[in-house]
Amino acid sequence: MFAVDTFTHRLKRGCETMAYPKGPPPALPDRHGGALRADGAKCPDGCAECLPVCPTEAVTRGPVGGVSLDLGRCLFCAACVEACPHEAITQTGDHRMAVRRREDLVLGRPGQEEVRLAGALDEKLRKLFGRSLRLRQVSAGGDGAAEADLNVLGTIGWDLGRFGIQFVASPRHADGLVVTGPVSRSMELALRKTWDAMPEPKIVIAVGTCAISGGPFIGNPEVMSGVESVLPVDLHIPGWPPHPLTILDGLLRVLGRLDEGPRARAGGRP
Amino acid sequence: MSPPSFALLANGTRIPWAEVPEWPAPELVERTGAELERGARLCAWFGVPEGGATRLVALIAFDADNTLAVGRSAPFAGAYPSLTLAHPQAHLFEREVWEQHGLRPDGHPWLKPVRRGAGNAPAVGEFFRVGGGEIHEVAVGPVHAGIIEPGHFRFQCAGEEVLHLEIALGYQHRGVENALVGGPRRATLSQIEAVAGDTTVGHATAYAWVAEALAGAEVPLRSQWLRAVALELERLANHTGDLGALANDVAFLPTASACGRIRGDFLNLTALICGNRFGRGLVRPGGCRVDLEPARLDRLASQLAGALSEAELAIGWLWDAASVRSRFEDAGTLHAKQATDLGMVGPAARACGIVRDARFDHPAGWHRLAQAPVAVWPGGDVLARARVRWLEVQRSGRFLREQLEAAVGGEVRSELAPAAPDALAVALVEGWRGEVCHVALTDAEGRFRSYKIVDPSFHNWIGLALALRGEAISNFPICNKSFNLSYCGFDL
Repeated sequence: MFAVDTFTHRLKRGCETMAYPKGPPPALPDRHGGALRADGAKCPDGCAECLPVCPTEAVTRGPVGGVSLDLGRCLFCAACVEACPHEAITQTGDHRMAVRRREDLVLGRPGQEEVRLAGALDEKLRKLFGRSLRLRQVSAGGDGAAEADLNVLGTIGWDLGRFGIQFVASPRHADGLVVTGPVSRSMELALRKTWDAMPEPKIVIAVGTCAISGGPFIGNPEVMSGVESVLPVDLHIPGWPPHPLTILDGLLRVLGRLDEGPRARAGGRP
Repeated sequence: MSPPSFALLANGTRIPWAEVPEWPAPELVERTGAELERGARLCAWFGVPEGGATRLVALIAFDADNTLAVGRSAPFAGAYPSLTLAHPQAHLFEREVWEQHGLRPDGHPWLKPVRRGAGNAPAVGEFFRVGGGEIHEVAVGPVHAGIIEPGHFRFQCAGEEVLHLEIALGYQHRGVENALVGGPRRATLSQIEAVAGDTTVGHATAYAWVAEALAGAEVPLRSQWLRAVALELERLANHTGDLGALANDVAFLPTASACGRIRGDFLNLTALICGNRFGRGLVRPGGCRVDLEPARLDRLASQLAGALSEAELAIGWLWDAASVRSRFEDAGTLHAKQATDLGMVGPAARACGIVRDARFDHPAGWHRLAQAPVAVWPGGDVLARARVRWLEVQRSGRFLREQLEAAVGGEVRSELAPAAPDALAVALVEGWRGEVCHVALTDAEGRFRSYKIVDPSFHNWIGLALALRGEAISNFPICNKSFNLSYCGFDL
């Protein structure tokens, strides 16, 4: 008897939406590792152990200075973490990694060992979008994983609607464009048309490493190198794909709806 | 004198390229047609460039004999007699070979691009049009209303009734196969993991089997066991999510909202194993990157039991509700004959009563040692596809419970020997959508001379198009959801 069942089930389960952001965030899986940290000062001269293991050449080292790690190209495979004998690249377990500027994802130099997290939109946009943000999603060569974890934000556990954030069907109704995928050349026209159909003011959010840089497809002639090669990006959310918590953090962060210290460690490693 | 018949090989093995029998193209077509006539199935049909010409390669499966067979044509350019006329399951393969290598199948009824780009959009070509004053056309996509990948659907309708649906894809084309030529490279495995994000474990396992077959390795049993566990977790997550989405499309919210959450629970179990909810970074040629140590295994087993009993309850409501049953019944019916002719695979084929499952028909890896019963349901409608998914949730669940109790010991990693030169290796993995087929051909140095990927969606999109014939256009969402095919897996 599903009618009785569903009611008793509902009563038994109670509210299943997580307490975050009022309460603590759910813990990332312990093997996830979270955002990486790169400290080029720890690299001895001539060491290049981490360079050949990176699938996307996210780790580089110039003639001077230590390693540079670009989280916008990173697939979070942790191969460099395992390869580094000097703990120059480490996992932080921190789910937060959304940034406003692309260069804020490049780690390694003194003072830039960690992601420089996104600040809020300017006052005018925050007033417009802060309590009501309508998003149109376009997958442009996305593999379905980042899309799936965006969909997850709509389920009862995450309940994106409680923040006034909603994915809408028409670009005419949208304030922001959420793009996944490296932007396949065959999606360029559709992506531009979607963007053109949106009323001003509007923002662009690149979700996932593929959308930020092209990810594992960097250099393939069939793809562009991420959304920024087509549209101006206001928020970059790295991950392959980003954990739903990382995406939610990015959205709330850009709307100025998280109150926390500049880099208070949330969650931490278990 | 021409060789008498195809070369036989088993799933997850290799054969020297020189031992693959060679015929003139018309004879290859004829021989392939004769085998398909006898009930064989076309797994892959692709071109390999040689000199200025191209060889056709046919990979066929004798499911009942648990055997695969391969044959090739002599290098040629120009035209060959189309196999599609007698065997529709070749229709898309022949279009693909025409698009990639310019070999023209003479007599092909619908020769047009598959996924090739033309500037900033795919080279879709002309659509089939139905004429008449009462007829209207509905165009949907590439950008759809939800958070979903892009593709274009063109309906020819008389009122509400769909007379014909044509599906045009290619928007997601990222050049995966081209990028693999000359590989493997550093990014190769990651590219494979992103062929279809929801089938990461399926594609990564197929790639690993190919690499291991080329290296002539039997990798540690424990890694094979762990891959099988991850493959079933992937199946559980996707089937549960799709059943929830089906419930949502008929406005049955109890199951929809519960399954949305339970799907996440299954994804989190994969993340418990390897850190990534989609299984990225787990499967590696030679084994698995991480192990499932005893404490982690216990956590996995207890959380799995909880999620499975939740799923049992929430999905059970679907079958109790007459409103759901009446929406699912007789919607989007595909007959067994159609599914056989089209070479369909996976739950969509099994929902037509066809016993077809690579885990059972072509066991490799851990499936040589342990299997779940094949889930079959007759009917071919949305209800049947939903029931097959449900049966598979139950059977994968039972399989996992058994496997987690009987973990095999040992290492999970091993080093592979260099890949054999001039060899062809084949892997079929039953992903949650159906048969994931990878075929690699190496050059004299053991690098990929050609790498063919056939996602189950490649076989099945045409099935969705046919299921819509005579259906009300308002039934498209539930029909589509009941198949839930991959755009990027097709577009590569």
